[in-house]
Amino acid sequence: MGVLSKKAMCNSHGQDSSYFLGWQEYEKNPYNEVKNPKGIIQMGLAENQLSFDLLESWLAKNPDAAGFKRDRKPIFRELALFQDYHGLPKFKQALVDFMAEIRGNKVTFDPNHIVLTAGATSANETLMFCLAEQGDAFLLPTPYYPGFDRDLKWRTGVEIVPIQCTSSNRFQITASALEEAYQQAQNKSLRVKGVLVTNPSNPLGTTMTRDELDLLINFIAGKQIHLISDEIYSGTVFSSPAFVSAMEVLKDRNLKNTEVWDRVHIVYSLSKDLGLSGFRVGAIYSNDPIVVAAATKMSSFSLVSSQTQYLLSAMLSDKKFTKEYLSKNHKRLQKRQSKLVSGLEKAGISCLENNAGLFCWVDMRHLLSSNTFEAEMELWKKIVYDVKLNISPGSSCHCTEPGWFRVCFANMSEDTLKLAMQRLKSFVSTISTINTQSHQELKNSRRKARSNWVFRLSFQSFHDREQDER
Amino acid sequence: MLSSKASCNSHGQDSSYFLGWQVYEKNPFDEVQNPTGIIQMGLAENQLSFDLVESWLRKNPDAMGLKKEGESVFRELALFQDYHGLPAFKNELVEYMAKIRGNKVKFDPNNLVLAAGATSANETLIFCLADPGEAILLPTPYYPGFDRDLKWRTGVEIVPVHCSSSNGFRITMFALEEAYQRAQKLNLKVKGVLITNPSNPLGTTMTKDELNHLITFAIAKNIHVISDEVFSGTVFDSPGFISIIEAAMDRNLENTEVWSRIHIVYSLSKDLGLPGFRVGMIYSNNQTVVGAATKMSSFGLVSSQTQYLLSNMLANKKFTSKYMKENQKRLKKRKEMLVSGLKRSGIDCLKGNAGLFCWVDMRNLLSSNTFEAETELWKKILCEVGLNISPGAPCHCSEPGWFRVCFANMSQATLHVAMRRLRDFVERSSCSGIGKMGNVSLSRKLLSNWLRKLSFADRDEQVQER
Repeated sequence: MGVLSKKAMCNSHGQDSSYFLGWQEYEKNPYNEVKNPKGIIQMGLAENQLSFDLLESWLAKNPDAAGFKRDRKPIFRELALFQDYHGLPKFKQALVDFMAEIRGNKVTFDPNHIVLTAGATSANETLMFCLAEQGDAFLLPTPYYPGFDRDLKWRTGVEIVPIQCTSSNRFQITASALEEAYQQAQNKSLRVKGVLVTNPSNPLGTTMTRDELDLLINFIAGKQIHLISDEIYSGTVFSSPAFVSAMEVLKDRNLKNTEVWDRVHIVYSLSKDLGLSGFRVGAIYSNDPIVVAAATKMSSFSLVSSQTQYLLSAMLSDKKFTKEYLSKNHKRLQKRQSKLVSGLEKAGISCLENNAGLFCWVDMRHLLSSNTFEAEMELWKKIVYDVKLNISPGSSCHCTEPGWFRVCFANMSEDTLKLAMQRLKSFVSTISTINTQSHQELKNSRRKARSNWVFRLSFQSFHDREQDER
Repeated sequence: MLSSKASCNSHGQDSSYFLGWQVYEKNPFDEVQNPTGIIQMGLAENQLSFDLVESWLRKNPDAMGLKKEGESVFRELALFQDYHGLPAFKNELVEYMAKIRGNKVKFDPNNLVLAAGATSANETLIFCLADPGEAILLPTPYYPGFDRDLKWRTGVEIVPVHCSSSNGFRITMFALEEAYQRAQKLNLKVKGVLITNPSNPLGTTMTKDELNHLITFAIAKNIHVISDEVFSGTVFDSPGFISIIEAAMDRNLENTEVWSRIHIVYSLSKDLGLPGFRVGMIYSNNQTVVGAATKMSSFGLVSSQTQYLLSNMLANKKFTSKYMKENQKRLKKRKEMLVSGLKRSGIDCLKGNAGLFCWVDMRNLLSSNTFEAETELWKKILCEVGLNISPGAPCHCSEPGWFRVCFANMSQATLHVAMRRLRDFVERSSCSGIGKMGNVSLSRKLLSNWLRKLSFADRDEQVQER
């Protein structure tokens, strides 16, 4: 029509990918223990539902926080009018204290350098608007969260150039991968403005090593570009190695008054560790006062409800609560993750060893009919439609190797997870039988085809019969 | 190093609109603790009806406590981040919006997109309707925040549609055409017109004629109309409020092309006085716009905690009826207090029937008919009189001397103090002859009599000493 904008008409919001399509399928036939036990089990949503009881119990003991009262006095009016984009001071203080606590207090944060936004989705987009022009590029290690294709690119016009990581070294970032990505951008005439990493990683569920962080900081220092460290999963680290924040590495390397100090920015949110994705609480932390100032003004477009800021400032100011919550939450995440890992093992499936996040990065390469993304899609569809588990295929995360899937574990009951594992086990035993047979046949037939045309014809008729019998 | 958006100041926040705010923050009036401080009359907030909301809250603790019929719904809400919004909330919102329009229009909740405030809603709409470098026409005077909200990150331009006091700042076909031509000359492709109805800063509702001009214009030029109706719930006097959708329906345009190019923006910040809760919305009959805007709302969703509280509140029809009626009464009364207070100072204002402010005519207090004189007067009123009011220049008014003065964000007593201070100032100014200069250009006086100016300056000094 030309009447609407290009942004409204295109689909570079990336929402036609399987990541969202699987979600849609689930919505049509959602599993319910009682009402729909044969439905699709949602294992594609990185939500933390394991520790709500702790939050509910705190709420029950502290009714004033939700009741618009402070020291028993009503403060409704104050909150109703509070739309200051600098944010509720008490909330920002409680938030930076919580962020420090998550990092073992090895780093401290200044509340004047934090900018509140309606979720990390908004925080990431806002940072793009502040750091890059339309047509500039950011480098992202693969595999990465599919939502970034929308969040970082859509309205900003910024490009993403992938830093290819592989299973050969557990998908860690290497110097050569960084350089190669940078070159690739140059070849496309894209000006690189920075690197964006997710640490702990989504979808890998691993924390970055100190080596990787050193590498990144050296790289951005050398290229004079920015580093955005999306640390929204920092509160979900449940086993060693401990979480090391980009800020901690800067501090340990005494980079405080150097140029690179101003070019490292952190994104955080309460959606993953506290499980409060509906409350829309995100934050940008930057050492650069100009970024803080610009982002603060931009936050006008996505302020956090004052009602929510007040509730959470009371909750996070309760240090006894935050300590207990972090500890218990970690234990539960670890326990649930091991259940998933052992369940997968029983199905003959391994996954990347991980210590964080709400998911595992699962290796199903051996279940592929061929080492291709088509085969991965084929397998994914089978798992969604036949096994009835919605998991996320690696291709939607821009993984370079087919066969990897992200499987979530923290958004369902233990029983549901058990059932999911049972379904998977049955499916794998079925598919293994078929694959073993057809794989052998395939090997034989290839040899025959090369030597004898007639033999190849007979293989085809055998294959057809196989399919009819299934 | 940083983007041009981060480094520039096209967020428009260096204008006096925001500077006055800053000065106020350093020395805010308080009846008890700081009675000589600056009285904030630059903030369009509605503080007159909180008691009604507070009373509802007291009777409905479950809505605040995230409970439904005694059972906790905390988990469901904590996880609810669906950009389609809480269905119950959208259902209540469309009913409330219809009620505000005397139920002459009906809205479909599926055409409603929630956003974190009208600020977000307006920006999102612009992202959906225009590409960088394209333009939107806006009648002047307009809300200064639009310079940031509509332009900053979108890269879209604003071309003003000049309105003047000669006809009460009404939009004319001529002004629309003229603005369009100006855009063409600047090689700017016009994608739409954005109006605020009721108007900020005028405090008036648009007439049927104006709405018809806009619709006719939008049809002829094949462009959009965005009607920012955030103040629709603050109409306290006749003539009643006519929404753009009502005007389009009256012309039987429902199944025509232009119907899908009319969009409404609304928010609960002005009538309900809840700007801190960030509840805004876009209403559009265009499915592509609704689809795109819904996905874009990911960048500014409304907290589910807040959606839940307000869906309960708006579901109480007895409450909403009582609130609307009482709120309008109080707004009318308070506005009349301001108007009469101004009159006692010899100051007129545009006859308004809506909003939280008056559009005040201080042209006769200007030392000359210039924007420099307007800024001079504004500074005097801010620093000497101690009132933070909004000058017309940042609102892009084409005539100097107009100011927006808010009345709904303070107590009656404070308004009295403000009016008394203003009266004193005007009397002082009359004595020293400034007011009398209003209609005579200062430069002419300077040119004709240098000596007289010197003695006038002496008087000026004396005034400052008082």
